[in-house]
Amino acid sequence: MLDDLAIRLRQNIGLVTAVLLFCIFYLLYNLAHPRGFSSAVLVQNSDEIFALAMLAMAQTVPVLASGLDLSVGAVMTMVGCLASYLLTGTPLPLELLGLHLGTFPGGITGILIGMLICVGIGAFAGFVNGCVVVYGRIQPIIATLATGAVYIGIALFLRPTPGGKIDEDLNWALTNSLGDFASTVHIFDDGAASWFAPFAWIPVPFVLLALIALLVWVPFRRSVLGRSVYAVGSAEGAAYMSGLPIDRAKIAAFTLAGFFAGCGGLFLAIQTSSGNADIPQAGAYTLNSIASVVIGGTSLLGGTGSAIGSIFGAMILRVISFFFRIFDIAPLLQPLFEGLILLAAVSIGALRVLRVKNTLELFR
Amino acid sequence: MTTATLRLSRADRPILFAGLFIFIILVAGTAYTFARFGSAPLLSPTYLLQQLQIGAFLGIVAAGMMIVILIAQIDLSVPWTLAAAAMMATSIGGPLAIPVGLGVGLLVGIINGIGVAYLRVPSMIFTLGVNAVMRGLMVAHTGGYAPQTAATDLMRTLASERTLGIPNALFVWAAVSVLVAGMLQRTPLGRHIYAIGNKEAAAYLAGVDTRRVTVICFGLCGLAAALAGVLLAGYSTKAYQGMGDAYLLPSIAAVVIGGTNILGGRGRYLGTLIGVVLIVLLNSVLSIMDMPEAGRQVIYGLVIILMLLVYGRGDRVTS
Repeated sequence: MLDDLAIRLRQNIGLVTAVLLFCIFYLLYNLAHPRGFSSAVLVQNSDEIFALAMLAMAQTVPVLASGLDLSVGAVMTMVGCLASYLLTGTPLPLELLGLHLGTFPGGITGILIGMLICVGIGAFAGFVNGCVVVYGRIQPIIATLATGAVYIGIALFLRPTPGGKIDEDLNWALTNSLGDFASTVHIFDDGAASWFAPFAWIPVPFVLLALIALLVWVPFRRSVLGRSVYAVGSAEGAAYMSGLPIDRAKIAAFTLAGFFAGCGGLFLAIQTSSGNADIPQAGAYTLNSIASVVIGGTSLLGGTGSAIGSIFGAMILRVISFFFRIFDIAPLLQPLFEGLILLAAVSIGALRVLRVKNTLELFR
Repeated sequence: MTTATLRLSRADRPILFAGLFIFIILVAGTAYTFARFGSAPLLSPTYLLQQLQIGAFLGIVAAGMMIVILIAQIDLSVPWTLAAAAMMATSIGGPLAIPVGLGVGLLVGIINGIGVAYLRVPSMIFTLGVNAVMRGLMVAHTGGYAPQTAATDLMRTLASERTLGIPNALFVWAAVSVLVAGMLQRTPLGRHIYAIGNKEAAAYLAGVDTRRVTVICFGLCGLAAALAGVLLAGYSTKAYQGMGDAYLLPSIAAVVIGGTNILGGRGRYLGTLIGVVLIVLLNSVLSIMDMPEAGRQVIYGLVIILMLLVYGRGDRVTS
């Protein structure tokens, strides 16, 4: 029993380190924050974490299949721009198609359909990536670089200048605590039910993150397709010889990445109440997603790691930037510290080099 | 016999097809300008030289990027290495401006190389971190504003003056090209680079000090980025924030369009040269057409995919 635990611990050392690191950082942050350990701080933090956490999950899946998706930021931006049209809360010309997009929560079906379309477009963009990689046989890193440019182009076409609007109730309901959510959508006696009180402080983004991780990632990982993604990442030739569906696994990996990135873009649009085809922001999110994946204990070579670890990687990155706010570090020095911390974090992995007995083991 | 001559070698195909595509761009662009304005600027040598002068900066960055891609790594720190070199060069000024700028680039490159070769951190993530650090250093140095310092006369002469009617920047690009192509084809270092790109463990067992070569490659890439930065500062008479941002992805695209395998070990310098020309001409035709940014991005992405579908397809993994 204990042996089993020790083995599992050793196998998931990256994940465990990330979780521990996050807990320490977050505890310190709350201790230093004048209003630490309060629901308001938690809500604000989880709002800022959600989009990056989704992108980190998105990046993880192709990385596990030893590909890299440089288009996650672009997909996020494209879906965000689309959402700023579909979730305005006012009926759209789409009514022509028999879809009645109404205000939230009155027209909840309209909002839900809009959200489904957004996430669906994200997944479709990922599916296209997968097809280009699998059937075009182009290296993922360069294929997604190109498709990313296309998606950014579409986003710019949708929103040449920042703008649009998101239904205000939707914005309020999804970026606050569960209690606010309940009172906005009028469930559980507007959130006043006595059994509901102990949960009312939990931030909605946190619940959404947990739901997406548990309902999408965990079942995927346990499915044949999910295992195939890991197999492709650790030895594609062996996976092929074992009869695993490697083409389908790769397409599924990229589609899932598009889905997660779409969720991130949807939330970012809801949170900022607008659509913005911001190219530098898309690039920064893509690069931060790669950093989150590495900090979360997933190998860029593929085959080991998990999306859960990447969520913690993203949270660590974000908490570090929260620190700048409370410790009054000059804003000019923040990029420098962020860079140094990132370098320090990834260089810790270099300790492995010291333990290698055979130099050849370095050249994997 | 005829089939043998018709069948192109794998290394020649990208160069031929990219060349063909450049021709198509020129013809289509000229047809457009002729129909719309009644003139053919794309065929005038003055206009082409001017475009190539701007392309020289991208060309020099791409030359460095190619060396790093050939050993199956990547350098994402190019944007702020470029900007840092330009800012340091302009703020030092005087005769030392260019050596200091290049020195900054070389130093950043060597740091990248040490991180990748000796610490074994994936280059994708290490150079990303170095890029953030360089950005942080430069933001702290300039206070976040556009630096007030100006480029020295020598920098301006190199970047924007002309000799015998040909921009000096093109001479610099040509010199870099000759050096890089010669290094890749004629020196042991070049052989080692291709060997490492194909299989580092094999190169190591064959007696190559792969880690030293890796550091050299990153050093050269940093040097190339710095040279481009110094020239760009000379061209625009000053350094500015984010001046390198527009060079990272196009340089990778140029290298890949030129037929260099992104996984390393395969690719010719001539291809990179043609890839740069292709991207520069594509950009200039799109700006003649007044294409909005949205359309440019879409076309840009589609061209990369199209070119790679024609000749850049990988092998199917079957064992």
